[in-house]
Amino acid sequence: MKKYLIIGGSIAGVSCVEGIRSRDEEGEITLVTAEPFSNYGRPLISYYLEGKTDIPRMSWRGEDFYEKNRVDVRHAVTAEKLEPEAKRVILSTGEALPYDELCLCLGSHPFSPRFEGLETVENRFFFTTLSDALALEKTVTKASRVLIVGAGFIGLKCAEGLRDRAGSVTVCDLAERAMSANLDADCAPILEKHLAENGLRLMLGDTVTRFEGQTAHMKSGKDVGFDVLVIAIGTRPNVSLLAEAGGSVGKGILVGEGMETSLPGVWAAGDCTESMDVSAGAPGLLAVLPNASLQGFCAGANMAGGSEKFDKGIKMNSIGFFGLHIMSAGTYTEPVYTELTDTGCKKLFAKDGVLTGFILLGDTARAGIYTSLIRERTPLASIDFEAVKREPSLVPFGRDYRAKKLGGAV
Amino acid sequence: MKRVYVNEQWCLGCHLCEYNCAFANSGESDMVKALKGKPIRPRIRVEGDDRITYAVSCRHCLDPLCIRSCISGALHRENGVVCIDHDKCVGCLTCVLVCPYGAVQAGPDGAAMKCELCLHNASGEPACAAGCPNRAIVYEEREEAKG
Repeated sequence: MKKYLIIGGSIAGVSCVEGIRSRDEEGEITLVTAEPFSNYGRPLISYYLEGKTDIPRMSWRGEDFYEKNRVDVRHAVTAEKLEPEAKRVILSTGEALPYDELCLCLGSHPFSPRFEGLETVENRFFFTTLSDALALEKTVTKASRVLIVGAGFIGLKCAEGLRDRAGSVTVCDLAERAMSANLDADCAPILEKHLAENGLRLMLGDTVTRFEGQTAHMKSGKDVGFDVLVIAIGTRPNVSLLAEAGGSVGKGILVGEGMETSLPGVWAAGDCTESMDVSAGAPGLLAVLPNASLQGFCAGANMAGGSEKFDKGIKMNSIGFFGLHIMSAGTYTEPVYTELTDTGCKKLFAKDGVLTGFILLGDTARAGIYTSLIRERTPLASIDFEAVKREPSLVPFGRDYRAKKLGGAV
Repeated sequence: MKRVYVNEQWCLGCHLCEYNCAFANSGESDMVKALKGKPIRPRIRVEGDDRITYAVSCRHCLDPLCIRSCISGALHRENGVVCIDHDKCVGCLTCVLVCPYGAVQAGPDGAAMKCELCLHNASGEPACAAGCPNRAIVYEEREEAKG
């Protein structure tokens, strides 16, 4: 009977359990997680602050998931050392856990540059875990002036979640536009206007140079007073456990198509990994929940002797702010289609005869048809791309495709 | 399992499936009361061009990307049927982002909405298939060859 060990209890770890159990009902699974909570989707934390969900409903696969899948789970414990020769992991409790197959679902950690005077700020937070959200919930009052550093996904979702709880919310970012990693110069202004109309104060192209208690001295020379600070500049993959054991690491833990690392019997999945981005044709950090789930399942199935592949990975995001939906996917290569109005935009990017990316703001209906074109690397010459550009539907794919997809189990 | 399948050569483009779907999912017992003068929100859509028409609804995929991708765990399977737990859904629409068939959409309250084969409404079996005048939409068992 195989001994499986999973480090990490977020989406990748839970999906790894599902992958193992899809092929092996008998093996012993132990899962170690730093989280005090049972499995939940991390992106839900802003929806929690907004009141759109609560802790019981946040459970991704249910409170009884570990029991149903016969997993020996250790909460609030971390892995300190990996000994690949001895095939064991030393935990923060001192215990040494042996394994036949190990999956590292180590996630990422919030990144913070060295701000001068940061230690003088009393109420400072990151925003990546439920514990962060609960701490913010406790601290923020209707009188609080909140300053968020970083206008990416995490910072802006945090801002949305806090708007009705706080006195004011200011978001600053060194980049000249909101969500600069996802939106281009055409699309970002639409979002920025919408956020401002919904009560957020944006300071773009500006960031903090120095903190002094409850004052942020900005690059522009302005001073911003605040009561609560959230650092949302970005995250970095957790790689040290594998790196210190001699495994190959780039920006993240390097994995192959089957989610295997460079060390025998050691697999990795989720935000800690660097894997092939098929839209860029190069490895990258694909740290979004759907990929964590797909990678975790793939790793688990392969740990149990399967031959699954994670070979359609791309970055993709769906997010809404105060009712405005934004979807983006893939790599922004050469723009091949642009639709721009006051309240929405649509941009498609293609290279070498395949769709590589898109940005949709406002009307996001049936976006998955575009996502699928990117993931499958469908030759655009094989479909009526002119028609798909205007409106995503199955018409341009032709009769044979539809007969297969709509006439059979897929 | 039984699924909704589409024979596009027999589709007349009459859109009856859309009305039957919207009615079955309305919670009303009277079709006029449910649909008259209101924008309908069917979970099946007739699309096409000037030559062909056909209906598209959830394929209840063997390995559904939407369930893997759902950030809240609202999407799940019930005996093979892909269903949404409305209370858990936060309306992020990641399912819309990943569905290759464009078969998931935002519902009236922002939560995601899709075909659940009428298992949770009074119809009991897919109203689209039951009401299709030309048997272009059928609800039946077909071979499950993966890939």
